[in-house]
Amino acid sequence: METITLTGQIFQYLVTGITVGSVYAMVAVGFNIIYNVTEIINFAQGEFVMLGGLIMVFLHVAVGLPLILAFPATVALVTLVGVLLDRLAINPIRRPTVLSLIIATIAASILIKGTAMFIWGKDPFDLPAFSGRDPITVLGAVIQPQYFWVIGFLVLIVIVLTFFFERTIIGKAMSACADNPDAASLVGIDVKRMVLLSFALSAAIGAVAGITMTPIALMEYDRGAMLAIKGFGAAVLGGLGSFPGAVIGGLILGVIESLGAGLISSGYKDAFALIVLLFVLFFKPSGIFGNIEISKIKRF
Amino acid sequence: MLRIGKLPIALFAGFIIIFPWVAGKVPAIGNYTDIMVFVGIYCLITIGLGLLMGYAGQISVGHAAFYGIGAYVSAILTTRYGLNPWFCMFIAVLVTGTIAFLVGAPSLKLKGHYLAMATLAFGIIVFIIFNEEIQWTGGPDGMADIPGLSIFGFELDSIEKYFYLVWGFVFVILIFTINVIQSDAGRALRAIHTSEAAANSMGVNVSKFKVLVFVYSAILASLAGSLYAHYLNFINPSTFDLFFSIKLLIMIALGGMYNIWGAIIGAGIITFLSYEWLHYFEEFEVIVYGAILLVVTIFLPNGLVGLPGMLKELFVRQKSNE
Repeated sequence: METITLTGQIFQYLVTGITVGSVYAMVAVGFNIIYNVTEIINFAQGEFVMLGGLIMVFLHVAVGLPLILAFPATVALVTLVGVLLDRLAINPIRRPTVLSLIIATIAASILIKGTAMFIWGKDPFDLPAFSGRDPITVLGAVIQPQYFWVIGFLVLIVIVLTFFFERTIIGKAMSACADNPDAASLVGIDVKRMVLLSFALSAAIGAVAGITMTPIALMEYDRGAMLAIKGFGAAVLGGLGSFPGAVIGGLILGVIESLGAGLISSGYKDAFALIVLLFVLFFKPSGIFGNIEISKIKRF
Repeated sequence: MLRIGKLPIALFAGFIIIFPWVAGKVPAIGNYTDIMVFVGIYCLITIGLGLLMGYAGQISVGHAAFYGIGAYVSAILTTRYGLNPWFCMFIAVLVTGTIAFLVGAPSLKLKGHYLAMATLAFGIIVFIIFNEEIQWTGGPDGMADIPGLSIFGFELDSIEKYFYLVWGFVFVILIFTINVIQSDAGRALRAIHTSEAAANSMGVNVSKFKVLVFVYSAILASLAGSLYAHYLNFINPSTFDLFFSIKLLIMIALGGMYNIWGAIIGAGIITFLSYEWLHYFEEFEVIVYGAILLVVTIFLPNGLVGLPGMLKELFVRQKSNE
């Protein structure tokens, strides 16, 4: 057997870190979409990821739908959950304050988590990898083919979203709501529909993250909160509201976590990303790409 | 919210004083005295947290951590070093207050959701530390043989004696907090909740007040944690997890965050729900809690305490429509 060199080991951690980081980046992008349109931090963001994984397991493994059908069906179902979240938890609040919106999304997140436990129980579920589990060895690092799917979907989401926000009329309308909801509604944009759309879009992205990560990391009902807080960490690290920031923040956080768990302590694996989050909040809350002046004029 | 009279406090004190006696007479509620000890412990936390949410307009999703730090500091110092429990409780308060200051001061300068996220992250980190630092905390197995409390050599060796001790603490804190609310500081706090900018321009040092309230609420949580550790003689990390922090939020939202009685009513209802009335749901009680929190947020923004006012307003509106 080959001896594992330190460089090989570090390369391995980097590859794993970038893959995990891609998941965090997708969660962070989801946070940003809702935040940009509504200025709400959606604490239930991680539940979309959990639901994506578990619904996919149900459709693909239990029902036996082929991957190509189960994937869009899962995304559609989770998107529906996102729509319901807005309609049942956010929209009915008559005089929204930052406090009541935070509490409403926390309530929704424990409701979704409890329902998932009711349906799937407490055991983790596995999903077959999209293109087999024969690892490729590069420079001493073992790379699962699924890693490419995760990273590939992040790239795809970034491309599609960039096109959507910069080239389509709906995307531009959504950005307008972010800049100034009153002005947006004056020029005839239906702000409430844009809010709904942002929840739908963000749920769909969460579902993709959950579907692609499950073959690597399994999925169980209570993963949502941790994914949400790490995704939020990625969003803040990159600068809340910034899409390139979310991607860069996610990747950095993933690599830090992977290196920390591998080289320092695996017991503290989940703490590294959170410590980074606290440091960013304390010392540079505007993040890498954020703008503190813009964050000052936000309502919340 | 503005004036809290002496009469309700006196009535409530009377209720608490006779409670163990009544519970002792009625077999069906014989174990309620024990549950009421926990209600008292949670009240200590919710009074502070309610002040933070309702009066300073800030949210913390990490108070389980302060509660846990209080419990673990007391447990470690008494079992490993044999120090006096009351002294350890005081040390725990100092430690927790300092940590709360370090966590709260930077994030309270920012607006809205940042404290929520910072405290959420902090709470999870502390929970991981409780689980991982096995040589200090015993890890997931927790710590046993934590000594009970005694006052001047008088052992608190029954549930009833603890009941009066814990509720004694609650009344001292309640009266102190009410005095704070009705002082200049309380007016400043309410001004912050209404409009930070206006409060600022009136010369209120907004972030100083917010940090003060945050530290105060953390200290109360620490005190509650120490009392919990000495009452049960055993602690383990699962008591201090994220869900407990959320349960505290539910208590305050349900009772009503703009009124100090809301914190007490919410703590009472949720504690009885989880210790007694929700056994049937077992672990699915989380769905019930989620539903309660959502319904309260949408339909009862002022909590149960605000219900009479809401009904009255509705009634008056009906009348004027006729």
